[in-house]
Amino acid sequence: MKLLTANRLSDGEAVWYADGLWVETIAEALIAHDKESAEALEVIGNKALADNLVVDVNLIDIEIIDGSIHPTRLRERIRAAGPTIRNDLGKQARIQQAA
Amino acid sequence: MLGKRSKQTANGTTTMYRYDEFDHEFVNARVAQFGDQVERRMAGEITEDEFRPLRLMNGVYLQLHAYMLRIAIPYGTLHPRQLRMLAHVARTYDKGYGHFTTRQNIQFHWPALSDVPAILADLATVEMHAIQTSGNCIRNVTADHFAGAAADEVADPRPYAEILRQWSSVHPEFSYLPRKFKIAVTGAERDRAAIKTHDIGLHLKKNEQGELGFAVYVGGGLGRTPIVAKKLRDFLPQEHLLSYVTAILRVYNLHGRRDNKYKARIKILVHETGTEELASWVEAEWQALKESELKLPEQDVAAIQSYFAPPALAPRPEGDEVVRLAKLDSRAFGEWLGQNVTTHRNPDYAAVTISLKSIGETPGDMSDSQMEAVADLAERYANDEVRVTHEQNLVLPHVARADLKAVYDGLVEIGLATANAGLISDIIACPGLDYCALANARSIPVAQQIARRFSSLERQRDIGELKLKISGCINACGHHHVGHIGILGVEKKGAELYQITLGGSADENTTVGEIIGRGFGPDEIVDAVETLVEAYLSIRNDPSERFLDVYRRVGPAPFKEVLYGAEARAA
Repeated sequence: MKLLTANRLSDGEAVWYADGLWVETIAEALIAHDKESAEALEVIGNKALADNLVVDVNLIDIEIIDGSIHPTRLRERIRAAGPTIRNDLGKQARIQQAA
Repeated sequence: MLGKRSKQTANGTTTMYRYDEFDHEFVNARVAQFGDQVERRMAGEITEDEFRPLRLMNGVYLQLHAYMLRIAIPYGTLHPRQLRMLAHVARTYDKGYGHFTTRQNIQFHWPALSDVPAILADLATVEMHAIQTSGNCIRNVTADHFAGAAADEVADPRPYAEILRQWSSVHPEFSYLPRKFKIAVTGAERDRAAIKTHDIGLHLKKNEQGELGFAVYVGGGLGRTPIVAKKLRDFLPQEHLLSYVTAILRVYNLHGRRDNKYKARIKILVHETGTEELASWVEAEWQALKESELKLPEQDVAAIQSYFAPPALAPRPEGDEVVRLAKLDSRAFGEWLGQNVTTHRNPDYAAVTISLKSIGETPGDMSDSQMEAVADLAERYANDEVRVTHEQNLVLPHVARADLKAVYDGLVEIGLATANAGLISDIIACPGLDYCALANARSIPVAQQIARRFSSLERQRDIGELKLKISGCINACGHHHVGHIGILGVEKKGAELYQITLGGSADENTTVGEIIGRGFGPDEIVDAVETLVEAYLSIRNDPSERFLDVYRRVGPAPFKEVLYGAEARAA
């Protein structure tokens, strides 16, 4: 399974593609379950790059664990959850509060 | 270019440097130019491929979560008004903090691209910029953070760092080198600027006739191929500084590899060519240059030196008595005094290291309010000067001993009085995988856990000087190769793994550490470090024998034994 991710051009915020728009939380991302869907995401990513909406576009591998999206690589898990330090700030603080 | 002239303070001493009209115009023009480039990028008029080299030329990187802006702090010298501006940037455009780096710069990890032109415009008002903090050019020239204050200094290295800065700023010939290029300068026998880990390291010294010149080292560097710089020349008269450095850069620009970025640094050229052969190439270039306009006129050197004239420090003979009484009153002050206060050339004064390594905090990070408070202390007690160290701390270089307790109390109030300079919790750590797009593993949490494990200052002092350095990838921004204990984070089968190197150092006897064995997981690395430290304590002859001394005396075997046991014996 794969997701399409990038950084937003204007502020660099990590974003994921979610059926027509780029969102700031990985939980809302559109999952490609097969090769064809992944290729379709790749086309969308290239167009978004060309349209100057996002930069550093990548398809990433994920698993579903306990019903939640879990990127295979630690790098992507940290992009999704924010730094593992300074839990008083930003995305990592919001996730903690929500939990 | 970017020349400076001196500013007279109220008491008549020369303490700081100011842009002249040309410098202001140049920096403002760059701000406007980059503002226009950002605007065109946001409007989609230029592509990311076109924009990337432009943003890098202005210190803007893209990291995992956001853009990062790296701001130059030439030879690590800051005026309080500049530190206040950094506080303003942290507060207004970022998340309330900044991160001081191993190249005496500062970086902000959360600016929006759309805000960067405004940040650069604000910085320009206090004569700061982000030019040449990225790209394959000559980067910020670094220097001993105790320059101008150290008791063991032969001469202040900063005038030469400033000459190099002016010469290298937007140098047309050296703006597209095979790879980035770093220069460091020290003016004392004791190397506090890690000069042998730089592309060019300059040791300012005097010859038998008492004339100033440089021992010139070339081809040092860390990264994936750590190499200690080789001495190219034992004594280069000071007037030939620019001609000789130009000769080195020309040889590098011509012969350095451009086909493989991992082999493009000058250290590879020196290694593959051989020091003798390379020296002959440099010599040939230099012969054509040494009597050219690059030869520094004595009066020009003197003019720059006068900008760095020692501050007129008022006699404060009451210092010894004030300190004696304060120590009686506060044991914690005495401990801080013993660890974070360094002898000054003027016996009434001292240099203070402000540790940015409070236990459990991020090495090198500083909040906006801490920046403001340190700016206040520098104005009140430290002759309007702050220095950034390559070990990610700050220094107040000229504090009257009589004022040390007041400075200490001020630092206690803002949580920056940790008495751990040079101890095991004074860790260099790169941003690692928490921020950096190049990293493979986290550095900061490992540093925090080690600091917490050794949080007892009594225990740290018993261990003595121990330089622990952590990098989150092989690019070695955390200088792990030259840590007495170095830790390199790698990714193995999708998980973090930490390799340990031992015996590195970045002083006048620079050595590259040796990999001790297989790596450790995130849950094991702190125990492994503690095991090594306990082994050292059991082996040392007496407390004066430092960890590094013991390693050099006994080698890796006893340390392998305690870490790997039978596994080590079988190997």
